[in-house]
Amino acid sequence: MSTDLLPETELRTEITVETTVNGQPIARTVEARRILLDFIRDDLGLKGAKRSCDSQVCGACTVLVDGLPVSSCCTLAYEATGKQVTTIEGLARNGSLDPVQAAFIEESAIQCGFCTPGMVLAVKTLLAENPDPTREEIAQNLSSNLCRCTGYWNIIDAVERAAARLREGNE
Amino acid sequence: MTVGHDIPRIDARSKAIGETKFAGDLVFPGMVYGTLIRSPYAAARITRIDARAAQAMSGVVCVMTGDDVLDIDPYYGHAIKDRPLIAIDRVRFAGEPVVAIAAETPEIAADAAELVEIDYEPMDAVLSIDEALAEDAPHLHVTELLRKGLFHGLGEFKLDPGNVCYHHQFARGDLDAAFAEADVVVEGTYEFPAIYQYAMETHTTIAEWNAAGDEVTLHSNCQHPFLVRAEIADLFQLPVASVRIVVPWLGGGFGSKSYTKMEPITVALARKAKRPVRIQNSVDESMVTTRRHGMKAWMRTGARKDGTLLAREVRAWFDTGAYADNGPRVVATGADAAPGPYRWQAVDVNAWGVYTNTSPAGSYRAFGASHLGWVGEAQVDEIGRRCGLDGVQMRELNLLEPGEYVRPGGKPLDADLKGDIRKCADNLDWDSPKPPNVGRGVSVGLLAAGAHPVSTAFARMEADGKVVLYVSSTDMGQGARTVFSQIVAEELALSIDDVRVMGGDTQVTPYDRSTGASRSTTLAGMAVLRSGAELREQLFDIASQKFGLPPEALEMRDGAIWHEDESVTYPDLIKAHFGMVGGELIGRGEVRPEGGSGSYAEGPVFWEVCIGGIELEVDPDTGKITLLKTASVADVGKALNPKQVETQEMGGLMQGIGNAIYEEMIYDPSSGQLINGSLFDYHIPTMLDLPGSHRSTIVENQDGPGPYGAKGVGEGALAGAIAAVATALGDLGIDLRQLPATPERVWRAQQADTNGTSQRPEAAGFSKVGS
Repeated sequence: MSTDLLPETELRTEITVETTVNGQPIARTVEARRILLDFIRDDLGLKGAKRSCDSQVCGACTVLVDGLPVSSCCTLAYEATGKQVTTIEGLARNGSLDPVQAAFIEESAIQCGFCTPGMVLAVKTLLAENPDPTREEIAQNLSSNLCRCTGYWNIIDAVERAAARLREGNE
Repeated sequence: MTVGHDIPRIDARSKAIGETKFAGDLVFPGMVYGTLIRSPYAAARITRIDARAAQAMSGVVCVMTGDDVLDIDPYYGHAIKDRPLIAIDRVRFAGEPVVAIAAETPEIAADAAELVEIDYEPMDAVLSIDEALAEDAPHLHVTELLRKGLFHGLGEFKLDPGNVCYHHQFARGDLDAAFAEADVVVEGTYEFPAIYQYAMETHTTIAEWNAAGDEVTLHSNCQHPFLVRAEIADLFQLPVASVRIVVPWLGGGFGSKSYTKMEPITVALARKAKRPVRIQNSVDESMVTTRRHGMKAWMRTGARKDGTLLAREVRAWFDTGAYADNGPRVVATGADAAPGPYRWQAVDVNAWGVYTNTSPAGSYRAFGASHLGWVGEAQVDEIGRRCGLDGVQMRELNLLEPGEYVRPGGKPLDADLKGDIRKCADNLDWDSPKPPNVGRGVSVGLLAAGAHPVSTAFARMEADGKVVLYVSSTDMGQGARTVFSQIVAEELALSIDDVRVMGGDTQVTPYDRSTGASRSTTLAGMAVLRSGAELREQLFDIASQKFGLPPEALEMRDGAIWHEDESVTYPDLIKAHFGMVGGELIGRGEVRPEGGSGSYAEGPVFWEVCIGGIELEVDPDTGKITLLKTASVADVGKALNPKQVETQEMGGLMQGIGNAIYEEMIYDPSSGQLINGSLFDYHIPTMLDLPGSHRSTIVENQDGPGPYGAKGVGEGALAGAIAAVATALGDLGIDLRQLPATPERVWRAQQADTNGTSQRPEAAGFSKVGS
């Protein structure tokens, strides 16, 4: 199919990705088919984003692209070109935790921790858009992030705690 | 004082910032990536494999087939050695690894896999228990050739020709006489689905051989590193000390990483590649690596018209897939749990493990109790309805008391079940009025927990008075390392920050039988406690010399040993002992069967209590269930960390809800392929599936065999929730015989109004094996 659109000689197997990851400008030449998750984990060595379902269901690979949560397992690295990518490693600054991370710890919302990086990043976007979400809104918003350990209750508590703390901080 | 407090997890911060390294995050110099080509056929002969093009591809290190492992005995299986580490001549399930490729990158390995040509000659497959037990069914294995695995551990090893890999039975009392006395008899045939454990982190193993080829190191996300080590040593004919297994933090286990999974094929591929090799499953691959057993069962229960239970008879068949894996133990545990914690005049239980051409089934959290608990509890409630007793009254009338025997020869009941069930009912506001279409149910069960009571721990106090704990229980999210650090801190009057806990490493940390069956806190925790106690004795001995006083005159608190107002800190004691700044003290703790052989049949270590409470609403037009309230009771003897107990309860309960209402692996009846083999098609509960409210209670009667009277937690809530969904549906007159409780099944059951009276099964296999 694709050869109808582009002569085979012009098929590009490599491509340069110019993007910003956790505030750092990055330029790398990678295979054109390089998945954003592999780019982050293997090319940049940022192992916080996790691979699980490979089908945009579980949310473990969630990173923020221009502030919005994206399943990096189903995104090409090239799609991050010119955009701001935030991974879990980009949240805690100078050793001090982001309020969402702190709330997850305080509310025992972390067990195996495999879902945590994606979950925390999804919460970042939720609270940026809705600083005072109801429990229903939290559940609706985070239903695309699976957790098999906690039964979710403590995660919802953690989101409420983080929201309250962020609201206090903004007052 | 750390025990009994909500100490935050020692791993939480590292996990919150994404720093924790899981197996898939590890990179080793020279590491290459393994990809597996898996069979699309459920049963077939492999007639030709041509991998020359793949082998010739740039970046491909090696291609491995069954021919490459014929220099060793390539069959393994801890219960039954029935499984080749890679397919040899034939495949027995869709998804079985046929070819393994090692390449410089995962992408090259995947590209190379496209170039491998494999010819199969399909064979007749048996895809269900009924098919497997049919008179003329093809046999998956030549049972005469099968051998006992290293950890069969379940009595006599005897396999009859055919597809039955294990039979467990027990009976007591005069069954016919007891049923003859019964005024009410409820019977039925039930089905429980195959279920995917879904640990979010998939099976991942990295194996590296030394140059001489006589030592191998694995980094693997396994729950039972010492059992895996034994199997690898056995397969590759190495001394156990030449196999090293390092276990990082696990991204969930739930039984899916118990025993040996991807390790043999990874070790074999690394042997051929002569490079470190990583094999990391995708979720689709982990789904066909292990699962929960699907089950068919027939059960009847008889009682007097006043509700007194008299007799129960059970026939159950567990689908273990193409290889036994932990099937025999699942069958035995399921059968043992079938009578439930009631007083019987007679019981008769038979359970079989059955091979089918589907992906292998093994352990999944609360196996056994999950399978038959809901069946038995539904029948208890149905009898109650006919006798005019509600679920709580039925259980108050019939439950065993502490000290009564659950089964002859085993451990007597070590829990107050009547108290537990009342608390659960309270959590559901049992006596409050129910709106139309709202059903309320409770459930109770017991699970033989603890597995084998063999664990060892070392506590090593450094010259600065801080402790490093060596214990091999795998922390897969349950929080074992946090609890261990609490125990040793308690024993040595240290703060939690003074304790570090090593992860499992078979070359460094001492033997621990396994991580599962809710045994870590109870057994490994007891070994930890004893290692701390031994260290404490050493400190007292040194202090005794220093003070010139007997140890009884001294007291330990705040990281020092005191006599009245005078104290010596641990670093000063160690310095005094060695005469220099340096050295260390090592305490050792051991748990082993005391006063018994410790065999599974004579156990259990403790009875894990399974309690569930559900209030749900059924839409009468669609059969859709809405969960209004859930309740659980954690009867844990002593909560060493109440918050962690709570999270075990809530997490277990949510998995139980998934098992009961949503989850089911569906195999195509013609091809045997898993139809819903991805998370796109297989529903794991999300936040939107949460019940309206949840209440759990922790019961601390100090009646456990673990540290400070503790006993394990983690499985009970799962099994309890499944059974409570069944009893809550029963409360609405919905006699559901097949899980999960999908809207269609609930709606049909609602229309059918079987009222607990379905007949003894007539399917070919049932009558044949059941007779």
